[in-house]
Amino acid sequence: MAAKTRKILLEPIFTNNPISMQVLGICSALAVTTKLETSVVMSMAVISVMSLSNLSVAILRNYIPPNVRIVIQLTIIASLVIITDQVLKAYAYDVSRQLSVFVGLIITNCIVMGRAEAFAMQNRPYPSLVDGFGNGIGYSLILITVGFFRELFGAGTLFDVQVLPLAAEGGWYVPNGLMVLAPAAFFLIGVFIWVHRSLYPDLQEEE
Amino acid sequence: MEHYLSLLFRAIFVENMALAFFLGMCSFLAVSRKVETAIGLGAAVIFVLAVTAPANYLIYTYLLQEGALTWVSPALADVDLSFLSFLAFIGTIAAMVQIVEMIIDKFSPTLYNVLGVFLPLIAVNCAILGGSLFLVERNYTLGESTVFGLGAGIGFALALIALAGIREKMRYSEVPGGLRGLGITFIVTGLMALGFMAFSGIQL
Repeated sequence: MAAKTRKILLEPIFTNNPISMQVLGICSALAVTTKLETSVVMSMAVISVMSLSNLSVAILRNYIPPNVRIVIQLTIIASLVIITDQVLKAYAYDVSRQLSVFVGLIITNCIVMGRAEAFAMQNRPYPSLVDGFGNGIGYSLILITVGFFRELFGAGTLFDVQVLPLAAEGGWYVPNGLMVLAPAAFFLIGVFIWVHRSLYPDLQEEE
Repeated sequence: MEHYLSLLFRAIFVENMALAFFLGMCSFLAVSRKVETAIGLGAAVIFVLAVTAPANYLIYTYLLQEGALTWVSPALADVDLSFLSFLAFIGTIAAMVQIVEMIIDKFSPTLYNVLGVFLPLIAVNCAILGGSLFLVERNYTLGESTVFGLGAGIGFALALIALAGIREKMRYSEVPGGLRGLGITFIVTGLMALGFMAFSGIQL
């Protein structure tokens, strides 16, 4: 059992990563990666929503009629996102302002819905919780890596603390303005996928 | 009039849903293999966004906003239901998609066959929900919401069809193994986003 749980937890983090392999959930996330802080908060929000939605769907799975399951899953996810949004507004107001609409967009984040549909509908609550958590971690891994590089090279800071002294303030680092703009996120994910698939050659696509 | 034109232009090019805000990325990447299917999805997105944006505007202004229920009874003037907006929006979108699907099926079976598979998918397309959330955040009026919804849809369709065109051509290129498929698509999308940035700052 322990080995199986470990597999459910670790698989989405490395070999079957939700972003670089399943291509799910890129939508709501890339825009928040301009800074490390927002990436971390967004990751925590996604991890909690995903674990809880997988858990709730798994508990209810025998009571959900198959032809209205999408609506029910959406309602569960939307309710969890509302809770997350209210918690963020109460305890981290500044960050929640920066995340703007993107917290709400976790609802339509296909990875949450995808795992509820593909895993939680067929499995018991405990493995589903682990699966949601694992996928959340795999997702966060990419989000935080991208956020790390974008903030470090774009502004020379990490968590708003100056790491690379800026040339304008007497240091040596000239910030790369491209990094804080949208295209950089695409490039970074592209490179990330390249590295990932070069490390695991059997994941490469035939086209 | 001029104001609406500039809003439309901004929604299509400067604040492109897909390339500037990363919305609807999942279907953007999944459905951009062929130009034909890209046109189908693009048309469906334009349609649904143009309908749901004003609909959600009305729901938010007359039902959810703080004090919005005053028209029902003055006693409800303090009621603030805006925390329900996510749930209300996604419900409206899902219902709208269903209605649009039935209407198209009834009146234009040809169009239904083209859009068919994509319509249900659109309910969970973040570009649609994003459109509704943006119009609340930016305090648009009814007219502005409609124009914004239409523009955002056109912008998404434009980017999607352009990417599909590039990917069709790219089939003849030698791409390094690890980048093949998804990787190179990201890089191309990044380059497209870079191109679209040239529009920023343009005012009509």
